[in-house]
Amino acid sequence: MTPRRRRMVAMTGGLVCLVAATALVLTAFEQNMLYFYTPTQIAAGEAPEGRRLRVGGLVEQGSVRRTPGSLEVRFDVTDLDQTITVAYAGILPDLFREGQGVVAHGLVSTDGLFEADEVLARHDENYMPPEVAEMLEERGHPPDASLR
Amino acid sequence: MVPEIGQISLALALCLAVALAVFPLAGAHTGNVRWMEVARPCALGMLAFVALAFAMLAVSFFRHDFSVLYVAQHSNLKLPAMYRFAAIWGAHEGSLVLWQLILSSWTVAVALASRTLPQVLRARVLGVLGLVSIGFLLFILLTSNPFLRLFPAAVDGADLNPLLQDPAMAIHPPLLYMGYVGMAVPFAFAIAALLSGRLDRRWARWTRPWTTAAWMFLTVGIALGSWWAYYELGWGGWWFWDPVENASFMPWLAGTALIHTLAVTERRGLFGNTTLLLAIAAFGLSLLGTFLVRSGVLVSVHAFASDPARGLFILVFLAVVMGGALLLYALRNAATNPQTGFKLVSRESALLVNTILLSAATVLVLFGTLYPLALDALDLGKISVGPPYFNLVFILPMLPLLLVVGAGMHASWKATDTAAWGRKLRAPAAIAILTVIILTVAAYGFAGVLTGIGILIAAWVIASALRDPVAWLLRRGPKPRRSTWGMQVAHCGLGVTTLGIVVVSAWGVETDRRLALGESLEVSGYEFQLDRIEDVQGPNYRAAQGVVNVSRDGRPVTTLYPQERVYEVQQNPMTEAGIDAGWRHDLFVALGQPLGEEAWSVRVQVKPLVRFIWLGALIMGLGGLLAISDRRYRVAAPKEDES
Repeated sequence: MTPRRRRMVAMTGGLVCLVAATALVLTAFEQNMLYFYTPTQIAAGEAPEGRRLRVGGLVEQGSVRRTPGSLEVRFDVTDLDQTITVAYAGILPDLFREGQGVVAHGLVSTDGLFEADEVLARHDENYMPPEVAEMLEERGHPPDASLR
Repeated sequence: MVPEIGQISLALALCLAVALAVFPLAGAHTGNVRWMEVARPCALGMLAFVALAFAMLAVSFFRHDFSVLYVAQHSNLKLPAMYRFAAIWGAHEGSLVLWQLILSSWTVAVALASRTLPQVLRARVLGVLGLVSIGFLLFILLTSNPFLRLFPAAVDGADLNPLLQDPAMAIHPPLLYMGYVGMAVPFAFAIAALLSGRLDRRWARWTRPWTTAAWMFLTVGIALGSWWAYYELGWGGWWFWDPVENASFMPWLAGTALIHTLAVTERRGLFGNTTLLLAIAAFGLSLLGTFLVRSGVLVSVHAFASDPARGLFILVFLAVVMGGALLLYALRNAATNPQTGFKLVSRESALLVNTILLSAATVLVLFGTLYPLALDALDLGKISVGPPYFNLVFILPMLPLLLVVGAGMHASWKATDTAAWGRKLRAPAAIAILTVIILTVAAYGFAGVLTGIGILIAAWVIASALRDPVAWLLRRGPKPRRSTWGMQVAHCGLGVTTLGIVVVSAWGVETDRRLALGESLEVSGYEFQLDRIEDVQGPNYRAAQGVVNVSRDGRPVTTLYPQERVYEVQQNPMTEAGIDAGWRHDLFVALGQPLGEEAWSVRVQVKPLVRFIWLGALIMGLGGLLAISDRRYRVAAPKEDES
């Protein structure tokens, strides 16, 4: 091969690698983007099926139900208009409380249940998941208040 | 009186910072020697006043002076003395004072250690550091004054966040800041080079030890943060790709690329422009990290908009510093264009690949961190980017990079004798393959191709790094120089960290279970029995403490005491894991919630080689220390034409 052809081959190879890497990165990005939905949006059928998403709101007072003898737990999350039931099997965060803000990651199942694989709550006394705080504010609810 | 002294000290420090910026820079421009000589006393004076302000804040904390708002918000009568000291940097205002204290210390260190530097360069470096100090002192005084009074004074304080009441968290911020702020020094050197329009090999030699020192602190600081997250956040993860973590990791990536291009610039006079850009980028990313962590933008971009003073200040500061630096870079062409080239198989090529891959990783992490913020700011939806994205975009450049690291270490500058090179790499390659076979067949069992590749490259880097030291010990090779030792030790640490990450990711076991008292659970051959739950009283918290007996084949191994703490003042529950740390693996138990009927939710984990992750980082830091201690950085500046 002449040096010129060798350079051509090297550049083409590099370009192909770069395009492949870019495609891979963009696909990974697209697949790992989690959109935030409110219970109202989910009730209206706006949430895509079979795609992981985040849902947030306040944990309805008195709605936490445990399956005896296991880690399974269900609770209702509300944005004060609509409510969705979240099912989760695992350890809830330290600051998970009824009446407080929560964000869950997971899938909407066909029967309208939200199957969560991750549940996040506040980090401290003053913290409210930002999406939940803004959502409540839009509904005219003071952001620092909780359901009492 | 004490807080007022502190505030006045900060104002005086600002005056000195202005003098430090104006006179040496103007003096360097006009050739006025006496103006340039002002730099050293100004730097010393600035440090003295900032240290005084810091001391006054410390005194306020120790005296429980709850008439100081910051103390009232972050301390408490029952807070142990050690954490009252750590509480100084437990929140925004105080951490900025610490930041400025460290910046002033770096400035003085440069002022004192730079006697061998040409006067003009020294004046410019110190002047630029003075400019940075002006920015941060203004930031403190205008938006984040820690000495604000509270009237009437509080009876008791609101306590330090329980998460921060921990030894590692007490020293994590100072170390991290040493690294962050230390990146200001190579930045100042870069600006000085641009101002003078001269970038040569001596410049690179002077800049190298400072950059390595900052990098070293950053490395250990990040590792400490990861270790803290592992045992204190309670759930055994050691890296979450959280924006706050990314904020410290991006300067590290850019800084790592920078110490490597500096090596090329010093030894061969090449990559000058890349070095300048990386020096600017590393400090820019440090400032960006400060912005992300301190502006409230991560909690919500709208929280930032509702209290914009702080965030806006850093954003403008960032824009001015970066804009100015890049403009200067565009206008001045400082790097000389040497006529020397290098062959395809050479150390320069390896380091070029290193620079490209590290920069790519930095950009991809930056993209994943900032994209959700941008989208939210434009009201285009709220998204978060999951860890799998970061894992992929990080592993993608790292796999080839580690391969190149192992090979590149033994390549020569300019052109490599490929036959000799191949002979040197034979032993490391054999050891790497052997390690894969031992670990995946004998020790842990097969766990996928990617895991095999991961172990292969980790062992490859370790073996390749240790090849020359071992050859020297066996009296078959020459004694390496200190800086070469440092390079090999640091790369060995990189391999150790990689090995830890691969093994714990592939073979770590996590189980969440409901355990009633007396019940037990088997994980990886260990039997974890929840014996009882008892009440424990700490200095400022109460805790439910589990007593978990761990046994293997019926023989007791250890007893773990995980706690669920409730701190008295803030009433926050907090999980304190019970960990039996070991070389081979960690046994980890954390209590979740009581589930009724005398049962608790419990997380049990067995984490093989998890300690290697942080051990490797410490080894990397040690490598940095060895490299800095090389004699050639302390002898008088060599002549330009020395080879």
